[in-house]
Order: sequence, then structure tokens, then C-alpha cells
Amino acid sequence: MQIRVTVNGTAHDSDVEPRTLLVHYVREVLGLTGTNIGCDTSSCGACSLHLNGEAVKSCTVLAVQADGCEVTTIEGLAQNGEMHPMQKAFMENHALQCGYCTPGMVMAATSLLNENPNPTEEDVRLGLEGNLCRCTGYHNIVQAVLAAAGGR
Amino acid sequence: MTMTEPAASTVLGKRRLRKEDPALLTGEAKFTSDLNIPGALHLAVLRSPYAHARIRSVDVSAALQLPGVVAAYSGADLAPLWAGPMPCAWPVTADMKNPTHHPLAVSKAAYVGDGVACVLATSDAAARDALEAIEVDYEPLPAVVDLEDALSDRVVIHDELGTNRSYTWELKCEGADGQVERAFADAAYTVSEHYVHQRLIPMAMEPRAVAAVPQPFGGDITLYSSTQVPHILKVMTALTLGIPEHQMRVVAPAVGGGFGAKLNVYAEELLCTALARKHKVPVRWTEERTENTQATIHGRAQRQHIELAADADGKLTAVRVRLLADMGAYLQLVTPGIPLLGAFLYGGVYDLPVAYDFSCTSVFTTLTPTDAYRGAGRPEATYAIERAMDALADQIGIDPLELRRRNFIKKDQFPYTAMTGLVYDSGDHDAAATMAAELADYDGLRARQATQNVDGATKRLGIGVCSYFEMCGLAPSRVLASLNYSAGGWEAATVRVLPTNKIQVVTGTAPHGQGHETAWSMIVAEKMGVDPDDVDVLHSDTAIAPLGLDTYGSRSLPVGGVAIAMACDKVIDKAKKIAAHQLEANEDDLEFAGGTFSVKGTPDRSMPLAAVAFEAFTAHNLPDGLEPNLEAQVTYDPPNFSWPFGTHICVVEVDTETGDVDVLKYVAVDDCGNQVNPLIVEGQVHGGVIQGLAQALFEEAVFDEDGNPKTSTLAEYLVPAASDVPPITLGHTITPSPTNPLGVKGIGEAGTIGAAPAVINAIVDALSGLGVTDVPMPASPHTVWKTIHAAQSASSAQGVSK
Repeated sequence: MQIRVTVNGTAHDSDVEPRTLLVHYVREVLGLTGTNIGCDTSSCGACSLHLNGEAVKSCTVLAVQADGCEVTTIEGLAQNGEMHPMQKAFMENHALQCGYCTPGMVMAATSLLNENPNPTEEDVRLGLEGNLCRCTGYHNIVQAVLAAAGGR
Repeated sequence: MTMTEPAASTVLGKRRLRKEDPALLTGEAKFTSDLNIPGALHLAVLRSPYAHARIRSVDVSAALQLPGVVAAYSGADLAPLWAGPMPCAWPVTADMKNPTHHPLAVSKAAYVGDGVACVLATSDAAARDALEAIEVDYEPLPAVVDLEDALSDRVVIHDELGTNRSYTWELKCEGADGQVERAFADAAYTVSEHYVHQRLIPMAMEPRAVAAVPQPFGGDITLYSSTQVPHILKVMTALTLGIPEHQMRVVAPAVGGGFGAKLNVYAEELLCTALARKHKVPVRWTEERTENTQATIHGRAQRQHIELAADADGKLTAVRVRLLADMGAYLQLVTPGIPLLGAFLYGGVYDLPVAYDFSCTSVFTTLTPTDAYRGAGRPEATYAIERAMDALADQIGIDPLELRRRNFIKKDQFPYTAMTGLVYDSGDHDAAATMAAELADYDGLRARQATQNVDGATKRLGIGVCSYFEMCGLAPSRVLASLNYSAGGWEAATVRVLPTNKIQVVTGTAPHGQGHETAWSMIVAEKMGVDPDDVDVLHSDTAIAPLGLDTYGSRSLPVGGVAIAMACDKVIDKAKKIAAHQLEANEDDLEFAGGTFSVKGTPDRSMPLAAVAFEAFTAHNLPDGLEPNLEAQVTYDPPNFSWPFGTHICVVEVDTETGDVDVLKYVAVDDCGNQVNPLIVEGQVHGGVIQGLAQALFEEAVFDEDGNPKTSTLAEYLVPAASDVPPITLGHTITPSPTNPLGVKGIGEAGTIGAAPAVINAIVDALSGLGVTDVPMPASPHTVWKTIHAAQSASSAQGVSK
């Protein structure tokens, strides 16, 4: 099927199999491998990206459903060579170790702040419950999101 | 003129942001499955749906007809490719039983997930689709999922062994013959406790991934793998496949967590490599999560019986331990050694006479093989002694923290020769416990508990303490030899000053989240007087870093980091000769500080390292006989393990009506000696604590009686989310290790070791007024609720019988 998707500001016209998941589209067709795959049950959130500005797990969206949409992946978050404030906050708060969940976590966290610019610690913990991290114990991820919120 | 600062740390011990982060935060980092490998075929593995079944026949012919399929093989088809069986590097006893294990099973499948056939196709989807066309005729056999049942040999899993018992390993240490028996006979108090460590799934967020890229005409082959152990993997792949080792290169690209599960040699690594050679094209495989929960090793899985003897003051006089450990279906790389790594820690942090009796029997089951999982034997040991200490305190009727204080090895007793003969390098348990108690407000909590946990209270406060020692920094090679381990425990490092005074470090460690690039650059910066940003750390590629023993067992800093510091010293020694020559001074009259050599007492006669590096490069004017360039290599074999320690305190409120456990506070005070980068230390503790807490409260690999996994996805296996876990209050003490020049100890596993016993001790403490003496892990609301009700019906039955 023919689709047109704007990814990180660039329009792409692609012919995809109907069964192609959005995560496979961005990884394999567009070569944007920053979006990771961590499970097959939509549990881990490693594949989170923004669809029309909102975080979605891209393993639960078909590429054809993204036809006509704006997609932002982790590769599109930094602007003019400057990391996004959330990326900086993750670095400054040591909110990542192996980094595999990180792109999805950052995309979910930026979406969280778009919806709730002044979250409490509990809001952050609940807001990120769809994204699993095995390294950090979440402590510093929560601190990073609160710091990013405070810095806005 | 400014005098050069004395040798105070300018970099070490300071928080420093990680140089790894920008690539990982922006999607630039490449994990194995991100690699673009033109022409690669995709491997898919057909896995047994039975826990135990004879394979009567495998027919791949229909699969071969499907679009995109290039080849399909049964286990028998591939048998000629294996030069040897899959490796187990730790034959713990001379008579250990080890079933032959190949990447694909031939005559029998021994667990759900055991590979029985495979497909190569032009896409991952085509390969996986084709698996459904393979016909396997299975004769299902009874599963063996219970350890006692396994021990009974009711069903023998591996016919050629004739038994399910792999080994029995014993360690008896007595100051005088019969001392253990006498101690128990003479004891004022004894406890005899049974604990179960449930099976856990390590669940690194990145599933495993492999790509083997051959050079058919040259004969070389490169294996990319999401592994913690590229060096071990290289040797083992060469041996298992009969590849000349010098033609084998292993690269671990960005690796998304390991936790011990990627400390192994896996079937898919061997299949991709063998098939890439056979087909003369690259072959790749990426694990799905459901495969990961079945075909990647599990952890823990042991039953413990621990007995303590104590005198009238509560001082321990003997420890006796009996373990029954679940190997799973086969012995993977270090499977049999895992329960034994704990054998040296069942005495905990306590001053014990030489009266210790340990025995571990290990059995095969028809379940996924077990192996190293964060802590690997040491969390199990610490859990047993720390739970038993609470049982002992309860029996004596004293506060559990007080019982620990009475038994702690005192600061001035270090270095301390333990009852097992190992020497604990340094420690100050009392200081760590005191700090933890203060951070938790221990006395205040006890007072609050007395008023809160009254008769009829449904929200009960519990306080759990765990003091631990971790045996890490694996390991002195001679000690490993005494344990029959097949390799050494050294680590290699090369430090190379480039002509422009930038520094390259080549390390044999293989980080996968631990921040070695940052930490190692800090060590070099401190030693060489350069900026850490001017240091590049090369690792995880056996062509670039040919010598190494990789990352596991909290060894990277106390072994690999120390090797780097020593290599820096060697470079400085050589640079000093060059500087002395250039300055026309005696070498002994030079000092090196802040990156500059200067003549003692005449600091204006000086030469910066940058100038020395350039002289070493041009080699125009070097002392006679000195080789050009500034580079040194060190292979460091540690004289001892390193022994980090600490005290954790967990505070919970248990709702007796729902069984829900609310963790109100978690305090971790850890001492890993001198810290290189406190930021990284804290991160390691945070993550470790939550992994230990997850064992206590959430996680268990569940199987039904037929050996079918019931937790094979992340929807079923409860890895906690941010909303499930508490924030963590950290403290630390610093007691440098005297056995290495940096004074450092490992910290990767400490949190996991401390957490599970602290959490369960807290829950039992909360419920002690209700007759509860133990709560099994994971302490889910249902389990806690059942435990409360069982205790209450037991006590009311007792009441009736009275």
C-alpha cells in the first residue's frame, strides 16, 4: 500500500505491506534504528515515538495507520545540533545506563510533559508506567523528568 | 609561580556525566540488530513446545518450498558442523554429570524453547513463517519441574547420564574435628530455616541479537553479538566450531543490558556463525521477547536449608547449609558454579569461629537452563543468612539490628580470615549500619511500630535490615583454579599516548550500561593529568582489544580499572626516562604531577607530557635503547576478591486485609571503597536495589506441571514499572580496599544482594504479631494474604486444641 508519512520533518512516500508495523517501517524502511524493540506484547515501551505529537508504542500501530501523519522519532528530537531539554535532563541526572529503553522513555517523557507540564513525582511514575527500564530502578529517570519540567 | 598540587584527586571521586550518553540519547548508538548488513540471511529457530519429548523425526521439506527460504535444517542435519558440544567452563567436581548439548537438539528436547530445527530465509518474517511448515514428530515424555522430583530420578531426563543429579559439592571448614556438630549440640539458640529462591528471568531490555559475517575467501569471520563476553565467546566459538582462533573476531556493539544473562555462549551464536561459514553469506538473528523468556538463561532457582547455632549472647558459633539447586535442562557456560559462588558468603558479615558445613546438590529439570543472574549465588547466600539472622533475633527476643551488631566483624579485625579461608580485605559494618539506621530513623520507626501494630491493626509497619558482604572482582586466577574453573580472572589494559597527547585506552572489559568509557577515562585523566575528554576508551571488539576476560561479577573496576591505572604508571615510567633525557636531569630527580614532569625543587625545569609524547613519536632524540612511542600494556591478576559491603533498611506497610505491601522507604548504605564516579555508583545501586526488590515482590518464572512456561511475555512476567517501586535513599561510607592501588571494590551487584532480604525481613517484621514467621518470594498481595490467613488459622487451631 502507498503511504505518505512525514518523519522528523521530511515527507516519505513508501509502498509498504499492509502488515508492516510502524516500528518496522521507521527502522527498516527509513533506517531510523534509534527506535528499539524490546517485546512482542506492547508491554515495554522501548518503541515509543510521537505520532502527531503524542507518544505511541509504534509496535501497536500499522505503518498504513500513519499515512498522512507526522512522526517524530528519537533522531528528530535534537534541534540544530542541540539535544532536547529532556535528553539533556536524562544525561544530567544519569537517567540511562545501557540506553536501550532510553529513546522510548525520552519520547514518552516529553509527551508526558506536553500533557502535564508540572507533574508531581507520582504523576511521573504513573505517566511512565508503560515504559520499562531494567537498569536504573527508575529513580533517576523520575528525577530527570522532574528536572526537565522545572527547567521549562 | 604556582606550585604543583600534591596528589589530591582532581578527577576521581567527582561526579562526572557520562560520555556514552549522547549517542544513546539520540539514537546514534548501534545495537546488534541495528547494524546494516547487506545480503544477510535471517535465521529462525523452531523450538520445542514440549518440556520433555523424544524427537522421532524432523521433516523440513515443506519449509524449503516457501518463498524466501534458502535452507532448513534439523539438529541431525547440522551435527557435522559441531567440533565439540556447547561449552560448560566450570566442571565443579570430577564426577559432575554434564549432558552433551548441541545448538539444536537431535534425539530429545529437554525444555520448552529447546531448539530442534532452523530456517534461513531472505527476511526475518519469511524465516519465522517457514517454521510453521516444519513437521516434527515428538513423543512427549513426562516433565520434571520439581527439584525433589528431579532428585528422585522418577524420570531421568538425560538417558546417557542415568540420573538427574549433576553433582554434590561440599565445603566443610572446622577449626577442630566435629566443631560444627558440637556447636549445635552446645548452642543456647539454634534456628533451622528453609527458603526458596524462585526462578527469575533476567530480562535485559535488549533481547539477544547475533550477526555473523564471513569472508569466504580469506576464511575470517566476524561475529557481532549482544554479549557481555566477546573474549570468552571468541575462544569458545572457535573451539566449538573448529575455527582457527586467529580467524575469529567477536564484536559486541552497543549492548542493551546483560545482568549475567549475556555471560554465555548461546546456540544462536553458534548457529549463525556455523551457517554463515557454510552458506558463505552473513547470517543474523534477533531474539523475540517470547524466545528470550524461554531460550535465554534463567537465574536463582534453588532451595535452601540454613541452620545457625548461637551462644547465650546471640553470638554465632556455627553455620550449616544444604542447597538443592536447579540447573535446568543443560549446563550452560557457568551454570554449575553459580550456587557455589554463594558458598563463601553464608556466614554473612559476621565474626564466626571456623565451624561451617556447606553442601550443594544440583539437579537437572526439564526447564530453561539456569546460569548467572545479577549477583549469581551471592544474593541467594545473603538472603539465607540475613533471613536466618532475623529468625534468630526473634527467637532470642532482641532487635535484629542489635543481633547483627553483636556479631559484626569489627573494623579493626580486617583483613579478616573468614571461616572458609578467604580473606576479607576491609570493612566497617558498624559504620554502614549506623548510617543506614540514621537515614531510616530506625529508632523512631521502632517507636512508631509499637503504637501502630496493635491488636486488630490492619496497616502494619515493618522494618527490615540486611547487612551484606559481596565477594566480587572475579577473580584471583589461582582461586579460580582451586574451584576448577576453566579460565583465569585477570584483565588486560593498554594505555597509548598519541602524538598529540590524546590518549587511547584499550580495555578487556565489555560494558553494557556500566559507563566504562567514562570511568576509565577518569582513571587515566587522574593518572596522566589530562582532561577525561581527551581519553578514548576502546573495547568490546576482539580485533581492537584482543586480550580480555569481559564484564561480569562486579569485576570491571577492581580488575580492569586497576589494570588501566597500572598501565598508566608504566607509561609514566617510560615518559619519565624521555623527560629526564630531554631535561638533562636524573630520572630520580623528576616528579610527575598535573601532566608535567619537573625537576624536584626546580619546577621551571619542566616538560609537559604533551611534549614527551611528541618526542616519543618523532624518536629524534630518545635515550639510547628506548623504543619509540608511549604505550604500555598490563595484564593484572588480582591478589584477592574485592569485598564491598553495606546495610540496607526497608520500611513497609502491609495491608493485612488485601496483602498489599507498600514500600514506604528504602535506605541503601553501600561501601565500595574509593569511588571513581559517584554518579555511576549511585545508578548501579538504584538499579540493583530495584532488581532485588523485584525478586522479593514481583518476579517469578512460573511453569505448569508439564513444564509449560506461564510467564513467557512481559505482559505476564512482572518486571516492575516506575509506578511499582519506591524512590531510594542512598548513603555511603568509604573503606578503601588495601589489595589494589586504586582502593576500589565492585558495585554492580551490591544493590541486588542487599534488597531481597531487606524487603522480606520488613514484611515478616510487619506481620510478626500475627504469627507469621516467613513469607515466600515473590510476596505478591495474594501470597501475603494467604500467609497471614494460614498463620492465623494455625494459631486459632492451636487455641482450640488448648
